[in-house]
Amino acid sequence: MTLTAEPTAIATETHCPYCALQCGMSLTSEAGGTPTVTPRRFPANGGGLCQKGWTSPALLGSPARLTSPLVRVDGELRPASWDTALDLVATRLREIRRVHGADAVAVFGGGGLTNEKSYLLGKFARVALGTSQIDYNGRFCMSSAAAAGIKAFGLDRGLPFPLTDLADADVVLLVGANPAETMPPFVQHLTGASSRGGLVVVDPRRTPTAEQANLHLTPAPGTDLALALGILHAVVADGHLNQSYVDRRTTGFGAVWRVVAGYWPEHVERITGVAAADQRRVAGMLARARNAYVLTARGAEQHATGVDTVSAWINLALALGLPGRQGSGYGCLTGQGNGQGGREHGQKADQLPGYRKIADPAAREHVAGVWGVPPESLPGPGRSAYELLDALGTGDGPRALLVFGSNVVVSAPRSAHVAERLSALDFLVTADLVLSETSALADVVLPVTQWAEEDGTMTNLEGRVLLRRKAVDPPESVRTDLQVLSALAQRLGQPAQRFPADAETVFTELRAASAGGPADYSGVSYDRLRAGEALYWPVPDDEHPGTPRMFLDAFAHPDGRARFVPVAHTGPAEPPDEEFPLQATTGRVLQHYQSGAQTRLVAELNDSVPEVYVEVHPDTARRAGLTDGGLASVVSRRGAVTARVRCVGSLRPDVVFLPFHFPGEQRANLLTNPALDPASRMPEFKVCAVRLSTQDGAR
Amino acid sequence: MSPRHVVVLGYGMAGARFADEVRRRDPGAERVTLTVLGAEPHHAYNRVLLSAVVAGSMRADAVRLHDEDWARRHGIDLRLDAEAVRIDRAERAVELADGSRVGYDALVLATGSRPWLPPVEGLTVDGELAEGAVTFRTLDDCERILTAARAGAPVAVLGGGLLGLEAARGLAGRGNLVTVVHPVGHVMERQLDPGAGRVLTRTLGEQGIDFRLGRSAAKYVAGDGLKLDDGSHVDADLVVVSAGVRAETGLAADAGLAVDRGIVVDDALRTSDGRIHALGDCAQHPGTVSGLVQPAWEQAEVLAGLLTGTDTAARYRGTSVVTRLKARGIDLAALGDTSAGTADAGTEVLCLDDPARGRYGKLVLRDDRIAGAILLGLPDAAATITQLYDRGVPAPSDRLALLLGRALPSGAPAAASPADLPASAVVCRCNSVSKGRLVDAWRAGASTVAELASATRASTGCGSCADAVCGIADWLASTA
Repeated sequence: MTLTAEPTAIATETHCPYCALQCGMSLTSEAGGTPTVTPRRFPANGGGLCQKGWTSPALLGSPARLTSPLVRVDGELRPASWDTALDLVATRLREIRRVHGADAVAVFGGGGLTNEKSYLLGKFARVALGTSQIDYNGRFCMSSAAAAGIKAFGLDRGLPFPLTDLADADVVLLVGANPAETMPPFVQHLTGASSRGGLVVVDPRRTPTAEQANLHLTPAPGTDLALALGILHAVVADGHLNQSYVDRRTTGFGAVWRVVAGYWPEHVERITGVAAADQRRVAGMLARARNAYVLTARGAEQHATGVDTVSAWINLALALGLPGRQGSGYGCLTGQGNGQGGREHGQKADQLPGYRKIADPAAREHVAGVWGVPPESLPGPGRSAYELLDALGTGDGPRALLVFGSNVVVSAPRSAHVAERLSALDFLVTADLVLSETSALADVVLPVTQWAEEDGTMTNLEGRVLLRRKAVDPPESVRTDLQVLSALAQRLGQPAQRFPADAETVFTELRAASAGGPADYSGVSYDRLRAGEALYWPVPDDEHPGTPRMFLDAFAHPDGRARFVPVAHTGPAEPPDEEFPLQATTGRVLQHYQSGAQTRLVAELNDSVPEVYVEVHPDTARRAGLTDGGLASVVSRRGAVTARVRCVGSLRPDVVFLPFHFPGEQRANLLTNPALDPASRMPEFKVCAVRLSTQDGAR
Repeated sequence: MSPRHVVVLGYGMAGARFADEVRRRDPGAERVTLTVLGAEPHHAYNRVLLSAVVAGSMRADAVRLHDEDWARRHGIDLRLDAEAVRIDRAERAVELADGSRVGYDALVLATGSRPWLPPVEGLTVDGELAEGAVTFRTLDDCERILTAARAGAPVAVLGGGLLGLEAARGLAGRGNLVTVVHPVGHVMERQLDPGAGRVLTRTLGEQGIDFRLGRSAAKYVAGDGLKLDDGSHVDADLVVVSAGVRAETGLAADAGLAVDRGIVVDDALRTSDGRIHALGDCAQHPGTVSGLVQPAWEQAEVLAGLLTGTDTAARYRGTSVVTRLKARGIDLAALGDTSAGTADAGTEVLCLDDPARGRYGKLVLRDDRIAGAILLGLPDAAATITQLYDRGVPAPSDRLALLLGRALPSGAPAAASPADLPASAVVCRCNSVSKGRLVDAWRAGASTVAELASATRASTGCGSCADAVCGIADWLASTA
């Protein structure tokens, strides 16, 4: 018997660092070792975790972690002290601003950053830098659904209802969503619908999600909008329009019908390749369901017509009377960890905290008041993400860029061009965990903490605010993003108290800044979150229980009614032609997250899917002289990717698929088309014209 | 620079679409001012949906293409009830029935077509249809049909083409006793081969429609019905005439424009007078057949690009036509050249004839590409094949799967038993766990589902593989 107590392992309740599902997990850290993960019963994940979640601690102690600031000297990134690095950054930014003006310094954020970081980053840009040039990678994610949601409902919250409500639905229509790979534990919420024969998946590919569907519709890439119109036409023609709901709770159906009348199912079949009979079948399933949901994700949204496409699916949901009814509805499946919160607190070019518009004088006055600056000192709206990247180093574009929580060299469209723009900058700074492909190009790299090493709040895909607690100490010499912003702001002449580095202090300020805005967090506190309260925004005061279900009484437009938005099909920005006869679509695999900068460093994940591949129909492969398992060159007008061929018999023969998580010559985004949606500025990731050849280009 | 004045003669599907396309390219009327002259008193409507109106699934006001204030919102001078009587090419003006004149810089003829009336004794009186006979062409026709066709009443349809069959199916669905009289030996002979016609006739017959094929009507007696050329009789309180259409070319011919079956146009949709264009049913272009909406819509896009100057290189090269019968309970698509026989050199032909289940499939391929197809009762195959045809991409080598679509018996074996699964088979996708890993874990001592889960993480994601993991545990236990 020994007298020394066994070292007590401390379990911290937290959430997974990856997707917007924000699975509940506990991290148990024992002295010296890598913390271990156990799944936690939490409504979103019901105690499940996917491989990414299980292996998430591997990156905490990874040798690939950055543990010292890096400064480029003679073309090479070399370790430097924090003071040296921060002084250099402040000096260079001041200089560039003095010579070229405030908008010469730009900021690029990410949808994985906590609410506190998103908020402080936006404030840093507007107040410490005085620049309008800030945007973030959420623009590449769900911005189309956000814009369409605001048009229709007056407000955007990805899911305006708790995820667990899905269990009771007879029919769930998933459009361009592959949760079986992108957020696997989500799939448990679909088993109710699938056991009742009502899981319908719209996806050009037979994904693992589509395999579980009772009915899988395979529209040609870029034709989802037309499919929604065809199903809506069938709803009306077959007598399923919910006229009393349309009369009571909406406006604008008449104008929508004038368009939809021209999209009868047989016409839509010719555009989409989805059988007219299947369109009618889905219309009937949705109409007869007690409870039904229409959910969209990146497949519908990542198009140059992404907003219109989502509007078309929302129109369908409205015609059936689903939104704003308990047990039914429309929702968008947000992708990134804090994709929801990240779009609410001011890192978006046109926004201020609380989901306010930066061009709105009342919003400017309120936020400027909280920040203690004159409203007129706040800049106006800046460029959207791709436009910002495209302008870097050009005549009137930014000459310096700060990147937080994003790996744009891999994740932005037409990525070879984006890398070129970055290299045209006078000065590039990144805050990063590891030396991502973007950080490798930087002049200064600042090593920052990751999820388990810091406190912060996240807002998951349901609009529920979560506290992600610190579970382990960060490596020495690594700072939080908040500390970095605070230190830089002070070097740029800001008072220390205006840029606090403590997460809870920042959150308290965020509450005040968001008060009265559409995404009102003023009643959310760390104490309430620590006590386990399930707080869905808006939470307008300390006593308010939160809003799990929105729109039950009224939509967020002044008259309380939802808007039908008339939209028509135009098709992909780059149709296939003789030179590029195939269509490429991009997406995700289960084992990787976003640009893969993190997951490619986790051996167990990377061993499962170590390199880019291209899915090709066997006949198409044969015609191009390719063999299963061999290498192919996939070529578009913008670049070429060498990828391992996977022959997939269920694929359309005129479509190929590539995952986008891989770096260098394996970047699927070398191919993608930066055609932008006019409203959301979302690039057309989901479809571009390509050709296939053998690696030596023999064909 | 002042905008050019374009006058559109005809406010049907083609004229309305052309006006929409012009305003899409020139929303502020900076390039083109538009005058649209419609002979009918009401707004343009969607003719394609008239069979839905007859079938009762759509109300008449639902098929209108434009709202009341469409013209005002788009700065278009729309005149309804404005019948043109003459084109004055020398003066570049259109003369209306009320004696007024409308000058133009460019004139677009979208006068459409009118029904052809077969020579049947008693069918017309002084050039007008006799009482109890109605054509199936306009919204007013639909109202007349719906008023006259009381439930249970016998109705004859003259013409077994696409529209005739749609009307017949709609009326049968409303409870009428319908007989289709068609002068050719099988229905829809323009699109179908005799085999497909037989299956279609049989299916429609099961829905209560009678057919008199290879027979013409000789005489009509109002209130009684039709006498056919073989002397037989068809009871009919109402006769719906759907025997084809003729292009409306009168004004063009009077103005001296080149007219054949329709107003002759080139790839820029120009008539023999360069300032006058024509599109839709009244136009005759070598690349297409008339009577369908798709060519009219494509022509409207081209002509709008040309006349607004936004796409001066736009040319119309013809439309590949896909015919779809819109009739409840029947799925029929026909496209391309369907007449090819199995013996034609250089042509690959597949056929399926399954009348008992209402299925008929015929695929014609040349150079590995779809050249024609008839797909009856094979809805998802029709959707796929149409896309291959439109896009001109090579067809998959598994022709049978292509022809049958989901009707193909699944080639996949029944769910494999745990013993038959290869070791590499992924059982839990959420955590990339193969059968092999589960077997290894079992051998290392994990003997229950819970222990297997904690050793391999199988079933700890979405949970949908729990049954499979359980099955493997049972199998391992039984082989121990």
